[in-house]
Amino acid sequence: MAVISFIDAITMAMREEMRRDPNVFVLGEDVGVRGGVFRATNGLIEEFGEARVIDTPLAESAIVGVGIGAAAYGMRPIAEIQFADFIMPAVNQIVSEAAKMRYRSNNDWNCPITIRAPFGGGVHGALYHSQSVEAMFTNVPGLKVVAPSTPYDAKGLLKAAIRDDDPVLFFEHKRCYRLIKGEVPEHDYVLPIGKADVKREGTDITVISYGLTLHFCLQAAEKLAQEGISAHVLDLRTLYPLDKEAIIEAASKTGKVLIVHEDNKEGGVGGEVAAIIAEHCLFDLDAPIKRLCGPDVPAMPYSPPMEKFFMLNPEKVLEAMRELANF
Amino acid sequence: MTTKRHEQVGLTDAQVLDMYYYMLLARKIDERQWLLNRAGKVPFVISCQGQEAAQVGAAFALEKDRDFLCPYYRDLGLVLVFGQTARDCMLSAFAKAEDPNSGGRQMPGHFGGKKYNILTGSSPVTTQVPHAVGMALAGKMQNKDFVVYASFGEGSSNQGDFHEGANFAGVHKLPVIFFCENNKYAISVPLKKQLACESVADRAIGYGFPGVSVDGNDPIEVYRVMKEAVDRARRGEGPTLIEAVMYRLVPHSSDDDDRVYRTREEVEEAKKKDPLIVFAAYLREVGLLDENTEADMLARVQLEVDEATEYAENAPYPTPESTLTHVYGN
Repeated sequence: MAVISFIDAITMAMREEMRRDPNVFVLGEDVGVRGGVFRATNGLIEEFGEARVIDTPLAESAIVGVGIGAAAYGMRPIAEIQFADFIMPAVNQIVSEAAKMRYRSNNDWNCPITIRAPFGGGVHGALYHSQSVEAMFTNVPGLKVVAPSTPYDAKGLLKAAIRDDDPVLFFEHKRCYRLIKGEVPEHDYVLPIGKADVKREGTDITVISYGLTLHFCLQAAEKLAQEGISAHVLDLRTLYPLDKEAIIEAASKTGKVLIVHEDNKEGGVGGEVAAIIAEHCLFDLDAPIKRLCGPDVPAMPYSPPMEKFFMLNPEKVLEAMRELANF
Repeated sequence: MTTKRHEQVGLTDAQVLDMYYYMLLARKIDERQWLLNRAGKVPFVISCQGQEAAQVGAAFALEKDRDFLCPYYRDLGLVLVFGQTARDCMLSAFAKAEDPNSGGRQMPGHFGGKKYNILTGSSPVTTQVPHAVGMALAGKMQNKDFVVYASFGEGSSNQGDFHEGANFAGVHKLPVIFFCENNKYAISVPLKKQLACESVADRAIGYGFPGVSVDGNDPIEVYRVMKEAVDRARRGEGPTLIEAVMYRLVPHSSDDDDRVYRTREEVEEAKKKDPLIVFAAYLREVGLLDENTEADMLARVQLEVDEATEYAENAPYPTPESTLTHVYGN
């Protein structure tokens, strides 16, 4: 099995789906001849032509809204939002339209669109190229929100998103693009949306995360193991709807839970995860549920010491995990 | 004898009589819904009154079962031509399970239905414009030759989605008709506070395709400019913006009181140009309508509206538990 980067897994998934189904097409800013500003659509226009890899006018609501119309007709659009930070003009189309089409038409119409958006910081992207905006969309029934952390999951989940009959918002942590590499089968496979994944088995504490910070958790777990502390690491993978069973199972297993995400703490996905655990696992808990998240400031600053302060890293996670283990 | 204008634009006698029938049906359904609302039987009405000529004239230039509609909430006349019935409209007004738009989930006026080629719509205005563009794009990719029609009010032509959608369609020369029903008011705000340009049609210039303004009280003229736009679209020459100018004869909705923002004199003046009156006069002039035929048509429409009302009033509601269904397909 080939070891490839996260972004190559994304490209591979799109290429395979475009070969498999002529209704799949890509639209977004600079996705054509430039191959995307992150190169996620690299090579696609050469293989599939400009009719299926569409460089759109610079207007996010149209990128999503035109995609929605095409999806309702029966196409399988993959709309790329260049940075998750720029998704705001398209929120009405995502929340009022894509997410509600099936429900409001009493199952007459549906909207199989995939919206890809690179999120997260640590790339000197400053306020408007670093945001984690997922929590704004994890309260929208009708929409599915996916955020894989590994190349293997990225390929399998993106293919599942494209084939899904409902709209999927697909967040890709941009720091993972070239930093994270892993084994990815060259054959066709899909992974189920809505299922979390245990990335490391453990017995002393449970750590729940997604995206880039999941890797910090795994690195910290490795170090903790040398100290004799065994950490169980759950990757949420789908942020809405959450895999409640997997969360309950993982929390009950150790009775000590740390939730980690780069998005800011208040109102973040971790709050809902904590609520699920509080509702279902109170008598299994041996410590208060703990959250380690980005600070509650508007966005990530540009200046390196400020960015570093904002970002989580394996050391910060290790400290929080050790503290919880010692509770 | 008066020149038969409708023949000059390619409409037969039977077609213009049909047009009048649909206009009358739309008006009578609408009037009945107001009565039902004031009687406390339906919670909400949003009206088409004053806009029937534009809606029906436009619909006649399209092909049912081939072209697609992305309408807005006043388009009762339009959706009737595309196959919705008085019964469908009443089922929607009463929010009954059989409502074809939404199974009673949405307010009236939120038209939709695959079997009618009408895309489901929402309340935030103008979101349907990019959808129409996307459907047209899909048609182009699949080598289909349908036209997509998107309608909206003049206030809505200020929304980003209008401009983003129009620009996209212009760049890709897509077969979309952008049809603005300029009824002079965005709820209470008059045209002069909505636009600084002379007409909504002027907005097309910025997107590289023609914009045409037409008398929205004249279904024959609306048909003529629509037909040209549809033909252009079918020839692959791209979109057209049409502005049909008319007047909203009633308040914005059953919850609005228009006396606070416009004079009765203004409304009475507009009623003289009521498209139903004007078009009936034309049909009489050209000898297609007389007292008897008019009375027959009215009786037929009244019967349809009566039957539809009775059926819908007695039809079952959706079950409470069905609130939970159709969030996702799988």
